[in-house]
Amino acid sequence: MSYVPAPTLRRLDHRRSVSARRSRTAWFFLAPSLITLALFMVWPMVQSLYFSFTDYNRIQAARWVGLDNYAELLGDSNVWNALGNTALYTAVVTPVTVALALAAALYLNNAMAFRGFTRTALFLPFVVSLGIIGIAFSFLMDPNIGLVSHWLSKIGIVSEQGFLSDPKLAMGTVMVVGVWKNVGFYMVMYLAGLQSIPEELHEASRLDGANTFQRFRNVTWPLLSNQTMLICILAATASLQAFDQIFVMTHGGPYFKTETLVMLIYRSGFSELRLGYGAAISWVLMLLVFALSMIQVGYFRKKAVTY
Amino acid sequence: MSVRTEIVETGTTRSPQLVPSTPQALRARRLERVWRWLLGIGGAFVGLLVIFPMVWMLIAAFTPESEIVAFPPTVFPSSLTIDHFVDIWDAIPFAKLYGNTIVFAGTVTVVSLLLDTMAGYALARFEFRGRNVVFVLILAFLMVPFQVTLIPLYDVLGAMGLASTLPGMIIPRMTNAFGIFFMRQYFLSLPRDLEEAARIDGASEMRIFARIMAPLAKPAMLTLGLFHFQYNWNDLLWPLVMSSGLESATLPAGLAMFMGQHVVEYGLLMAGSVLALLPVVVFFLLIQRSFVAGIATTGMK
Repeated sequence: MSYVPAPTLRRLDHRRSVSARRSRTAWFFLAPSLITLALFMVWPMVQSLYFSFTDYNRIQAARWVGLDNYAELLGDSNVWNALGNTALYTAVVTPVTVALALAAALYLNNAMAFRGFTRTALFLPFVVSLGIIGIAFSFLMDPNIGLVSHWLSKIGIVSEQGFLSDPKLAMGTVMVVGVWKNVGFYMVMYLAGLQSIPEELHEASRLDGANTFQRFRNVTWPLLSNQTMLICILAATASLQAFDQIFVMTHGGPYFKTETLVMLIYRSGFSELRLGYGAAISWVLMLLVFALSMIQVGYFRKKAVTY
Repeated sequence: MSVRTEIVETGTTRSPQLVPSTPQALRARRLERVWRWLLGIGGAFVGLLVIFPMVWMLIAAFTPESEIVAFPPTVFPSSLTIDHFVDIWDAIPFAKLYGNTIVFAGTVTVVSLLLDTMAGYALARFEFRGRNVVFVLILAFLMVPFQVTLIPLYDVLGAMGLASTLPGMIIPRMTNAFGIFFMRQYFLSLPRDLEEAARIDGASEMRIFARIMAPLAKPAMLTLGLFHFQYNWNDLLWPLVMSSGLESATLPAGLAMFMGQHVVEYGLLMAGSVLALLPVVVFFLLIQRSFVAGIATTGMK
């Protein structure tokens, strides 16, 4: 035991009280958020998992049915149809959106007239309601009075029953709206990425005699791979949850051709009141989104590009 | 080269020495200016194409119903009317929808912004036991799709007597894992000197947060505020589930229901849609500069 002078003791004491005070403050700042998340996110998730093992229908008390819902789900053509539609939607919308966003960012990264206007115009769809703009798109594609379907008919693209009632064209139409909505947002993320690439790197490769394409291929594209990864995951996650424009424009039709997983969750849980079964389907969606996130986590842990 | 061209461009001097001396240099400069205009016109054309559905909405909202249903459809009507903007208030409880949406999106934005900022600040700036656990939990919550909680959430709120009410719609959105993460990343990027100085001066932690750190985080809060506001103003699924009818719905849910229930009157719907989109578009145009900067600086890299 060594002698500790009084002032040091007081300082130690003071430091401990400061750290205790700061710890208390931290929990005080966190508490409202943590309580809200626990009550309205964690608890409903636990409930959802529980529901998925019951036949709960809101009218009678839930009865435990074990894995019945999941067994039914595996043989349910509605589920496979929705899964297929969601996969198709995601497989088309994600790469198209990301490619267009990158193209728009590369284009708008040059000095040009009207650049501010064009950027704002491309971004604007991101802030408007997909459900509400879906109404306008339905109007534009109306077989009788729709302006766009009228224009398309003039160049030989005709649909007798209308694009949104045509089993072959309905999915394509809601995909276009889905792409339209998000390109601008990812473009802004890409622009931020482009502007963070040091100018010296471009300069150096220009001096080495690289042409525009080579500079893109060997400098820009590799240095954007963090953005590309993040944007692909965000776009794919959003696509897996496609709902709004589909609800408004086709309601899952014609003949369930545009019924996505979320549309099916909504139908099972809120139209047919099969809450247990709907919850089981929602866990399929949960697994898909979780798998995507794991890919992202793995990527950023291993080979995130730093410069 | 840059000095010379600038002076020539502003046209303040015609001194022969300051004009690019060779015809080649002159031609290159003129070519570059033409190129900028060509690029710009191409871009602006695509931009117009992208906003066409919104422009069309605006035009159709002022088009008389007789012309809307006429064949062949035309872009510009021969006459304009404001009837749709007058009638929409009686065709559906539009004022009620509007009020609901303002209360829902407005309250969620303000409350969530406050709670997200507080939680993000605590995670970025305080050392305490359990911090890493909390942070990992927040990261895990980022991966949860909202739809997985949807079905039980309705029942949880029902048990609290809040099903199909506006508070019930608002309360689960009072905080947000993404918002907490976003604010944490921003606070991490701020220098520590100011708060240390204030702490030495004896300021309380509350005061440091409210007077120093929160104001410093304003750019990030504006960005997050627009995220929250547009997300909730525009959301369809949650208000659809939580509203028992048009009276308790928000604008997107209400307009979607109205479209589903009636013989579609597009003029009315377009007028309603224009009014519904206006606040978010205006909000965005007002803060777009700091919004874009916020995306560029905060955790998106």
